[in-house]
Amino acid sequence: MTRPPGSERATSTYRPPRDAFWFARTRNYTIFVLRELTSVLVAWTVVFLLLLVGALLNGTFQDFTALAARPWMIAVNVVALVATAFHAVTFLNLAPKATVVRLDGWRVPAWMIQGGNHSAWLALSVLIAYFILRSP
Amino acid sequence: MKRTIEPYLWLLFSGGGVAAALLLPVLVLLFGVLMPLGVIDWPTVAHLRALLDNVLVRLALLVVIVLCLFHAAHRIRFTSEELFGIARYDSLIAVLCYGGAIVGAVTGALLLF
Amino acid sequence: MDVTDTEESVRQAAATRTIRLEVARYRPGQDSEPVFQDYDVPLTADWAVLDGLNYVKDRLDGSLSFRWSCRMGVCGSCGMTVNGEPRLTCGTFLTEYGDGPIRIEPLKGFPVIRDLVVDIDDFLAKLSSVRPWLIREGEELPLTTEYAQTPEQLDAYKQYSMCINCMLCYSACPVYVLNPDFLGPAAIALAQRYNLDSRDMGDRFDVLNLEEAVWGCTFVGECTRVCPKHVDPAEAIQRGKLTAALRSVLPWSKR
Repeated sequence: MTRPPGSERATSTYRPPRDAFWFARTRNYTIFVLRELTSVLVAWTVVFLLLLVGALLNGTFQDFTALAARPWMIAVNVVALVATAFHAVTFLNLAPKATVVRLDGWRVPAWMIQGGNHSAWLALSVLIAYFILRSP
Repeated sequence: MKRTIEPYLWLLFSGGGVAAALLLPVLVLLFGVLMPLGVIDWPTVAHLRALLDNVLVRLALLVVIVLCLFHAAHRIRFTSEELFGIARYDSLIAVLCYGGAIVGAVTGALLLF
Repeated sequence: MDVTDTEESVRQAAATRTIRLEVARYRPGQDSEPVFQDYDVPLTADWAVLDGLNYVKDRLDGSLSFRWSCRMGVCGSCGMTVNGEPRLTCGTFLTEYGDGPIRIEPLKGFPVIRDLVVDIDDFLAKLSSVRPWLIREGEELPLTTEYAQTPEQLDAYKQYSMCINCMLCYSACPVYVLNPDFLGPAAIALAQRYNLDSRDMGDRFDVLNLEEAVWGCTFVGECTRVCPKHVDPAEAIQRGKLTAALRSVLPWSKR
């Protein structure tokens, strides 16, 4: 034997090829990828809001409402609504992982932080809806 | 500590995540779904213009737009690399994603101010 | 019929029932890629998957290779992929899988040396790269001082110190499996375990604040879900991100 023992190992280990469908292998991976893909709809929602603001400032509001009422546009926005709501639930639920709040040595439990986050979400949503919908 | 841009991108991502979670669902529910479906009436142009005339509202709207765009850019960057196995092109993908966010942010700023 | 007879008949019935194990075999020089080999092993209520594998090794096929040691979830050496899920085979019971079959593969994300044995050199290098020991400054040998801790100081890091290096978290992490350069859950949790220790004077953010360390994580959360010791590496990483980010913005602040 001229080769030192063990030197053949590096070439003989088996390395599986990249799994192109890894995200479909478990339910949790799929949910994770869907959670991340909500970002595409977040970007779309921002674009939609920019269109709204542009229409308001340029005096083309009627064109905007006509565009928004097209069936495909409503379909896209229903998807955007589901995606942003899913983003909100997952993001606000995961927040306590990064922020460990300690009050006088006592660690604030995750459900309290999550509860606070969801309450803030509800309160802000109601407030925004009020300012947009109230009669002048 | 070695300097890296990642922590700043992550702070923008996180801030944008909070802003998107708290504000976007109600906005897309109202303007994207309920009003186009006629469930509730569109507000008058005058009313919405009055809201936008407040400089604080415009400023807040711009901050939300910028944060949400950086949030989306960050996630799209990582998700595309994980889904398609193109992490070796990270620099290019990062330029495209964050570049898109910057273009959107500038557009928003020019529109609002 | 009295009680003893019933127990005996149950035992006999149990002894005749079997369950099929589909075991991934990889014999370097013989197989170019893993192939599955089926074995039928007795299905009894108190047998773990590891007991089934030992039955195969002792009675059916002595050439099957796998790692194990303590049989009680402490040594961390018997981690394998069981029906697609990374598990400690000593704590995973055959009865969890009904009538079977049970598919047993090596941990995903690691090079396979033989059958169910994976190469852990890279993992060990990652663990030692975070300097997993108490770093002290300005102390002369011999070290004789005691450093007592309050229960609160112990609590701050205790959860992260429970890791048994079983690598299930790496195998469950798509980020690591797709990119083996990622420092990974256990090593980052271990770094945080020492960072949060009141006796430690070190600072491991030089190895944590990197693209291949905390910033590579996209918070899938599977590491925490599969951890048999409830270490919660996902939380350790997110806290690492927050600390590293705050220190980047406020360079003068300590954690």
